[in-house]
This record gives sequence, C-alpha cells and structure tokens, in this order.
Amino acid sequence: MSEVKKYKTEPLKTWQKAKELRQKYYRDYATAHERGGLRWSGGAWCFDAIPAGLGDDVYPITGEPYAASCAFNRSFSTECLEAAEKKGWARDLCSYMRNYWGSMYLNKFAFGGEYPKADFAFQNHICCSHAKWYQHVAEYEKIPYFCFDVAVGPYSEVDENRLSYLVNQLHEAIEWLEKTTGRKYDDEKLIQAVYNECRSTAMWAEICCLNRSVPAPLDEKTMYSLYVFGTLQKASREVADFYEELRDEVKYRVENQIAAVATERCRLMSDTQPPWGFLKVFRYLEKFGALSVGSLYSFGLIGIWEDKPDGSWGPRTTPQEQGVKIETRDQALRILADWNLSKPEWQHFYDPQLKSDMMIRIAKEWKLDGVMLHYNRGCEGLSLGIAENRLALQEAGFPVMVFEGNMGDEREFDLTRTMSRIDAFMETMELKQLER
Amino acid sequence: MITAGIDCGAKNTKVVIRKDGEVIAKSLVLSGFDQKAAAEEALEMALKEANLSKKDIEHVTATGVGMKQASFANDTITEVGSAAKGTVFLFPSARTVIDVGAEEGRAIRADGTGKVIDFAINEKCAAGSGAFTEAMARALEVPLEKMGELSLKSQNAVPMNAQCAIFAESEVVSLIHAKTPKEDIVRAVHDAIASRITSMVRRVGIEREVALVGGVARNVGFVKSMKEDLELEMLIPEDPEFVGALGAAIAAAENR
Repeated sequence: MSEVKKYKTEPLKTWQKAKELRQKYYRDYATAHERGGLRWSGGAWCFDAIPAGLGDDVYPITGEPYAASCAFNRSFSTECLEAAEKKGWARDLCSYMRNYWGSMYLNKFAFGGEYPKADFAFQNHICCSHAKWYQHVAEYEKIPYFCFDVAVGPYSEVDENRLSYLVNQLHEAIEWLEKTTGRKYDDEKLIQAVYNECRSTAMWAEICCLNRSVPAPLDEKTMYSLYVFGTLQKASREVADFYEELRDEVKYRVENQIAAVATERCRLMSDTQPPWGFLKVFRYLEKFGALSVGSLYSFGLIGIWEDKPDGSWGPRTTPQEQGVKIETRDQALRILADWNLSKPEWQHFYDPQLKSDMMIRIAKEWKLDGVMLHYNRGCEGLSLGIAENRLALQEAGFPVMVFEGNMGDEREFDLTRTMSRIDAFMETMELKQLER
Repeated sequence: MITAGIDCGAKNTKVVIRKDGEVIAKSLVLSGFDQKAAAEEALEMALKEANLSKKDIEHVTATGVGMKQASFANDTITEVGSAAKGTVFLFPSARTVIDVGAEEGRAIRADGTGKVIDFAINEKCAAGSGAFTEAMARALEVPLEKMGELSLKSQNAVPMNAQCAIFAESEVVSLIHAKTPKEDIVRAVHDAIASRITSMVRRVGIEREVALVGGVARNVGFVKSMKEDLELEMLIPEDPEFVGALGAAIAAAENR
C-alpha cells in the first residue's frame, strides 16, 4: 500500500447534467400522456430498443432503478414494503419488487403525485423474480404484458440455435407491441436504438476502464449515480451522448490526476447492489483513505465488455466501429440479442465460477487492495454464489470482508455493525482513520 | 512503561493494566446504560488495585462495542484486533481465535504476531452470542451461572433447529411443555450456539491451535459443545473475559 499522498480533486462537471437527465427521465414518463405519448414499465435489463420502434413519444420506467430510488428514501420505502407485506407477500422476496409493488399499491410515485400507471408491461426474464414481478403488475393494473426469456446459457455457449430462440421471441414481441398499441412499428427507429444501445453500454465500459488509473477519477458511490442511465434507457441517443461527454471528462481527470478521493491509498471493490439507504458506508471508507473503485455489478450490469488483444478487459467493439450497417429488422434483433447475451452480469446466473473469474480479473487489472462483499438478502439473483466468490478471491490473494444487508429493505441493515466490520477490515490492512 | 487496555463490552467493561509487559491489575464492572461512567469506574478500580493514578498510565487503548465512551483513551482497536492480539500473546501457538462475548461471536484467523488474517462475525442474530444463553436461562428459570454445569448432566442430545434466537426461545418453550429434562434443553441451547460459532470458524478456516476466549468461555457446557462440534481441544485462558482488554493494553504499548 502506498504512502499517504494528497491528490487534487474536484467535483464532476457533468454531475448537474446527470441530475437533470434523471429528473427528465421520470418527468417524461409521468407526463407522457399529456403529450399523447405512451408509458411502459419493465426491468432495467429489458431491451428498451424494442419499444423504441413505436415512436419517439414512448417512455419507459424501469423497475429496479425506480425501486432503488424508493429505497434511498427510507421512510417512503418502509411505507412501500409494509404495503407489500399487507398484501401477504413474504419479506424474503426481491426487495426491489416489493418496493415497486408497494408504491403501486399505495398509488404514490416516489417523485411526487400519484403512481403513473403504465400502458403496458414489457419485460425479460433471467432471475427468479423478473417474470413474476411484472405478471403481478399487469394483473393488478389490468394492463397487457409481454415477457421474453433470455436464459439461454453463458455467452461462451451461445450458438445459432440459442440466439435464434431469443431473436424469434423479439420478432414476436414487435408483433405484440403493434397489436397492443395499435401503432405501426418503425424499423428505422429500432435500428437507431440498437446503435445507441451498443454505443452507450460500450461507452460505460470505457468509462469504467478509466478507473484503472491511480488515483481513480471516480469512486463507486458516484458511479452509482452515473451507471444508472444505462439501466433507465440505454437505447436512447440522450444516454449515449451523455456517456460520451462523461467519458471525455473522466479522461481529462485521468490525464490531470484528478482524484475522486484526495487521500486515496487503498483501492477496493464491492459487489452486488449496495444498501441504497446507507450509501454513507462508502463515504466512511474515505476516512481511511480507502475507496471502492467499482465492482462487477457497477461495471457489468449494463457495461458490455470483451477481451482486448493485450489481454485486458475493455469495451466491446460496437457494430458501428466494425463498420456494420444494420439494414433489416432481423439483423438489428440479432445484433441486439447477441450484444445483451454477452452482458457480464448475466454470466454468473449459470455458474458462480464465471463471476469469480471476472471479479479476480477486476481485482488484478484495477490494482485492488481488497474486496467488500455485500451478502445482499434483497436479491437472490445477484447474491447467489457470493460465498464461493469470497473463497475464490481469498485464494487469489485478495483480503475480503463481508457484510450482510439488503439493497432495498433498510430493516435488514445494521449501519453501526457494518461500520465496525469496516473498522476491523481496515485494521487488518493496517489502515487507520486519517482524521479523528 | 505502564499501559492500559479497556474493553467496553455490551455487558461488562474490563480494564487491564500492564507494567513492562506484565499484567499488574484487572477490573470488571457492569456496563449498564451509562457506559461512560462504567469506563471511568473500571479504570479507577484497576488503578486502585495497581496503586497508581491516571497520570501514571502512558497510553490507554480502548476496544469493545462502547469503545468511544472511554473518552480518556488515546486510541482504539477493534474487538477483532484486540481479541487476536490478546490471544496470541497468551498462547503464541494459537492461530484460530473464537471470541464469544455477550453481544457477538467472532471467529478470527491470526498470524504468529497476532495480526488478523481473516474474520467472521455473527450478523444480525443473537443466536451465536452470550445474550442468547442469558435469554434461554430466563426462559428456563435457571441462574445463568448454573447453565454450564446443568448441561453437563445431560444424557440426550435434543436438536434445536431454529436459526434465530427468537424462534429458538419458542423451541425451548415447546421442549419445556414436552417435559424434556431441563439439562437436555440447556445442552440443546449450548449445542445450538456452538453450531453457529463452528460454522463461522469453518468460514475463516480452522488452523491449529484453536483458542476460545470471551466471557462465554467460562460456561463449561458451551465449552463441551464447542469441543464436540469442532472435534478438537481448545486453548482457554484463565480469565477469558479479559482477553480483549489485554489485547488493547498490548496495542497501547505498541502505539504509545
């Protein structure tokens, strides 16, 4: 571990724009009907490029980031969770789903006013909650629902048959959308959305790569507010353009040694969704000169990656960079399906070893000193196998601390004890608080 | 050189004073609600025993859940760090430390210098700590200090499967109603704690020698259950509840 050194630091210039973009996203959704537009609801991993073909006035609300916003507001979240429990749902179900459902039952929108009911639900399925989440939404709100299955196995095993299985469902989805909304589908808009998605998700991976620098230009708490756009509307031009602007700023920070944390001396990564109501744990790390520079979660939830010729992990080369011209609906859907199936965070649904390999790779390439794993009771999908990841990381020589919690249910998180765990972990790495 | 370590635990506050590497005084008071007062009282008691005054102490290091209440301390060390230091000082061959106190159970792997390599702590659950034994003693109407001896009389292992102290209490009530002998129920309580602690120990990896410290190590019934569960002998110090304070006192000498 290096000597304590003070790097220069400054706030992100694009921060304000990020805030405005996020507010606009939720406002656009809530007010879509006023402009004669459509609203749809689905998961953050759903292919928003597909409904984009219905027109420029079709606005999504993605469930997980919306639920994370609910969870960030702890009193509102408790109201939502209790409303879900009142309906008889068990507390060990996905806490995003329970927050979302609670908000729907209460008819309260986290950003003010009544809950803006969607015109249709559009979802894909890979974890145990995805399909059921929106099946219930559709039944409760009495709206049409389409769900497609993306669980075709790890990307290394994807062949023509598996790809076609997904692509055929996407063709069916477009027919369903036309029939459900009564709108004519525009393939040109789909093609543009696919280009946008490839650009935004590869761009996010490029931004994450810049965090290999010492000092890190971004800390993970800040990254949570930035990666979110890829979970909101990755196929929009606005998001792709924003990421390009952000990439330029982060690049500037790297070139000028502008640190996220001035006293950086210990680089960590976390894992899975954080306890959203308690992001202060990340600020607490800074007292020791430690920071989380990212995680497989924040890098790979929306970022699309590939192996680079030098052996490193980097942004996947986009079709446009390869000079591929998309000309037909089928070609667009094939590219979209293939692109998404290579998503890092989808790989470990099939084997925790795949996740361990990626985590170890991050730990080495991002020059980490340790790892902080969140045993997240709120998400079975991303937490399954995490104990095995811990063993693999330790075997690879990285100190690991674990803490229990829940991304969206504050009642399952103990802040004081988590701080004590961090104290003990820092002590094992011979780090003392820089300020008292 | 005179240094002191104070362990502000959930139930008891302990102080150890060392002079030139030797322990010269110890004190223990109930932590109660006013932990700050308890810390002052414990220090005063130890100083009195050592025939010293506060100004004679070169450096004080605090540990324990209430460590911030020891406002006279020069610095702090975590419970994990102090348990490892204290144990390896007492037993230089110890590499795995099991520390079971009133509030928490901890499994720690340490090196020969007392430096922590890995640790696990029971999370939001009292079922791996002394608080659980206390609650069960109340439910069984058995004085806490008699729990250990009573369980040694048991001839039957009764499974207690609940993973939570609250559900375990309801299991105890069911066993009482089923006329299960008290000694068997007490043994079941100790077996249940031991099983939770053992699972934590396995998580950090068992490396010999294994030492058991913390106040619950005074409970002979729990010690028996732990030995059976781990299938090995454990090193247990004479005053297991003082190991954290001792570790803090050692840290005080290092940090002065």
